[in-house]
Amino acid sequence: MRDAVTLRGASLAFSTPQGRLEVVREVDLSVGVGEFLCIVGPTGCGKSTLLNLVAGLLIPSVGSVLIDETPVSGIHPAVGYLFQADALLPWRDALGNVAAGLVFRGMPRKEAEAEALVWLQRVGLAGAARRFPHQLSGGMKKRVALAQVLAVNPRILLMDEPFSALDVQTRAQMENELLRLWAQDRKSVIFITHDLEEAIALGDRVVVMSAGPASRPIGSHVIDLPRPREVEEIRMTPRFLELQRQIWEQLRHEVHAGQARTSAWTE
Amino acid sequence: MSTGTGRLWPWQLALLGALLFGWHELTASEILPSFFFGRPLLVWAVLRQWFTSGLIYPHLGVTLLETLLAFACGTLLGILAGMWLGLSPRVAALLEPYIKAVNAMPRVVLAPIFAMWFGLGVGSKVALGITLVFFGVFFNVLQGIREVSPVVLANARLLGASSAQLLRHVYWPAATSWVFSSLHTSVGMAFVGAVVGEYLGSARGVGYLILQAEGVFDINAVIAGIVVLTVCALLLDALVTRVERRLLVWRPAPASAAHADSR
Ligand SMILES: Nc1ncnc2c1ncn2[C@@H]1O[C@H](COP(=O)(O)OP(=O)(O)O)[C@@H](O)[C@H]1O
Ligand SMILES: [Mg+2]
Repeated sequence: MRDAVTLRGASLAFSTPQGRLEVVREVDLSVGVGEFLCIVGPTGCGKSTLLNLVAGLLIPSVGSVLIDETPVSGIHPAVGYLFQADALLPWRDALGNVAAGLVFRGMPRKEAEAEALVWLQRVGLAGAARRFPHQLSGGMKKRVALAQVLAVNPRILLMDEPFSALDVQTRAQMENELLRLWAQDRKSVIFITHDLEEAIALGDRVVVMSAGPASRPIGSHVIDLPRPREVEEIRMTPRFLELQRQIWEQLRHEVHAGQARTSAWTE
Repeated sequence: MSTGTGRLWPWQLALLGALLFGWHELTASEILPSFFFGRPLLVWAVLRQWFTSGLIYPHLGVTLLETLLAFACGTLLGILAGMWLGLSPRVAALLEPYIKAVNAMPRVVLAPIFAMWFGLGVGSKVALGITLVFFGVFFNVLQGIREVSPVVLANARLLGASSAQLLRHVYWPAATSWVFSSLHTSVGMAFVGAVVGEYLGSARGVGYLILQAEGVFDINAVIAGIVVLTVCALLLDALVTRVERRLLVWRPAPASAAHADSR
């Protein structure tokens, strides 16, 4: 299988008032074309940092990032990014936000808005096209953000805990929607989450990160669950539970290590 | 207990009537000397005479023209300077003490200098108004640029925005939204600049009318001038509120935070 994204020995350090903080160290990771990769790890271990490296928002201090097996430094047009925090343009309505990427990439406004409307329909928000972000609920905002990033049709999709702030029902619904949309054209996906269940339910593979600082992937688990999946149902299957137990064994250790370190800092 | 504004206005009107009546009585009986306090009926007579003879219109026109020019130029310069310094932190750091100094200075004292540079016509008033409007807009825009969310910015870049597109689709709306939230102050400042400028030396304008009346101790005409200015200010403010409502639909709360901070 060809790789869509490769990290080769990538490290990243921030300089902070307390000194150099190496967040991720010598990360080797690859995502195959069309693969849905989930990354789990304790809070604060460097998952967002890793994603920012792939997105080109951060440049590794050591090592390299390859997109389509070519080294890159900076933003790559084939990469789409669904941020953890609110990232919609507050002064544009839902339609304007979804059209934004198309307009940036040179599509005439009318055409872009027509296309944006189709995307809003796909995420079930055609009725909210003229609402501004502050008039949308958290789940609706996430849907608009999803439509926004999918509208520019990135081959590689980065998602940073996109559904972590949503209530359980909305979340399951959006997970199913995401799987449905993904099945249509099989983009290469890196999906970050701190929720192991979500990772197993969605991914082809789950990578576990070690507790920070100097975090790195410490395990890679192939998820051999059949597709198409319904997230609520797949959770009940024996194979799911078996995978969950197996990965949790490894993750638990890191979560405890992470907590020990965090409480050592705050004391 | 709470009475809506709908039911409050008759009382507000009644209060105005009572104040006018009290003023009238006190000055008619000379308990308050009418030489210093004027008389409402005489003020009314002056106002009527100004408007029926048409004497007031050229003066009002000049004052409003000065206000408009000062507002437009001051706002534009403030936006440009704010965006420039907001996007070049090094220049901003270099200029910071100077900007602070100029902002701390009571800028009305510049009026005589402007009068010398630009004469007694419209130019010197507009210049004064610009210096008053500029800083409010400038600081708001600078703040707006600095507070653009890094995530929104990163998102726009990932979606494919070039530097020019970031400027147009992210920085510009962020900056101008802050300008709109300070529109009330800016218009008020432009108006103050015009009137104070006229008052300190001019041949036309409502400020000039007041100055002239004061020269001959015509207190009623002075008050009439103040009334005209107040009504104008209220009308301008109402106009701004309407413009603001249309332009800031995307905002969660009606923007009036920067409303009362200066003037
Ligand atoms: N810009 C930054 N400067 C300094 N430290 C940072 C910066 N961004 C993140 N960090 C630190 O790096 C670590 C990892 O952060 P992050 O990647 O956001 O973790 P996660 O997404 O896994 O919760 C944290 O300890 C965080 O405090
Ligand atoms: Mg994170």
